[in-house]
Amino acid sequence: MTPAPYYQRDRRWHPPALTPDYKTSVARSPRLPMLSLEGTLSEITGPTFGHSDIDPIDADLIRNHARTGDPVGERIIVHGRVLDENARPVPGTLVEIWQANVGGRYRHKKDSYLAPIDPNFSGCGRVLTDDQGRYAFRTIKPGAYPGRNWVNNWRPAHIHLSVFGRAFSQGLITQMYFEGDPLIAPLDLNATLPLDRLAYRFDIVLRGRRSTFFENRPEGN
Amino acid sequence: MPQALPYLRETPSQTAGPYVHIGLAPGAAGFDIYREELGHRIIALDTPGERIRIEGCVFDGTGAPVRDVLIELWQADGQGIHPHPEDPRHADCAPGFRGWARIVPDFDTGLFVIDTIRPGSVPGPNGRPQAPHLSLWLVARGINTGLQTRMYFDNLDNAADPLLALIEQPDRRDTLIARCEGAIYRFDIHLQGNRETVFIDV
Repeated sequence: MTPAPYYQRDRRWHPPALTPDYKTSVARSPRLPMLSLEGTLSEITGPTFGHSDIDPIDADLIRNHARTGDPVGERIIVHGRVLDENARPVPGTLVEIWQANVGGRYRHKKDSYLAPIDPNFSGCGRVLTDDQGRYAFRTIKPGAYPGRNWVNNWRPAHIHLSVFGRAFSQGLITQMYFEGDPLIAPLDLNATLPLDRLAYRFDIVLRGRRSTFFENRPEGN
Repeated sequence: MPQALPYLRETPSQTAGPYVHIGLAPGAAGFDIYREELGHRIIALDTPGERIRIEGCVFDGTGAPVRDVLIELWQADGQGIHPHPEDPRHADCAPGFRGWARIVPDFDTGLFVIDTIRPGSVPGPNGRPQAPHLSLWLVARGINTGLQTRMYFDNLDNAADPLLALIEQPDRRDTLIARCEGAIYRFDIHLQGNRETVFIDV
């Protein structure tokens, strides 16, 4: 029996490939339409990860690159749930993040922005969601960052996220923004630690999958 | 007026940006942090199967190499089995076979190298066999939503493959077929232009 396929992506909801105001997209966007097809076993399967692959400290960006002390900046928690379009939790999936430091500087050999590297901050982390699809990171709120697009162009503070889901075609890379900036992860005062750190909540929705009606399948209804 | 149904909407994609390596391949970004970076081991040393090497480059619409691309690969083992619980044969998958990798090209030349085994045939729609293929997913600065494609092999029989048969223009099928050049397969990906690679919405 073939496992149930995933719902098609709403390509009018995701950003289009060609968005000329984001200049790099002009030469890096296909001009011909994509070939649409229903997922086969090649796409319904995907890599799986377990607790032997990663360490608990990987989710703590305040400690995972600490050399001489804590990194400088606003201490925050970023947490949320990974759900699918049917609002079912996605447990045991890998969430990876990367970001600039408090001054907007990335720890990357190709970043030459004049704001300094923080010797105690890497800007990368990873975690597996729990049985309810929950994840949490401890980190520093990133600073805004100038990018070469227009002459005076600044990225809002943001954290990049990659989420796998269960299938190769369910994977997603996106960016999280902060309340007050567009696209908004709201401040979650209930999850803050008083006198320590603020918290922001960012739930992620991956593609849902079809029910296989009239077949007694654990994934179906 | 139709009733609203209680589906959630998929979180919209955003570009991975130029510094994707920090999160997904920190060694390439220039630092070492994890006990083990994920995505380096497609196969174990003793995984059975025919060893193959693939080399290629991703090009933009001007013909320039995309040197900051990150490619993810997913493939079946030599018998066409995926190490995933929904593959009905997964218990027989080759030991130590992960089937997944992250590929970072050379930052100066844009050349990428994949060392793996040749995948076996995977069942397709209605049990029809698919020709052996690798699934590839590309993210980079300037790519707003990751682009998915496949790589097939020019010295295998691809005539009955259900996906290739769906490509209306015969010349475009060739964009998915790697050329065997002695000891390696060459597979270039063109994001845009005359030889634009077929990307799939799957």
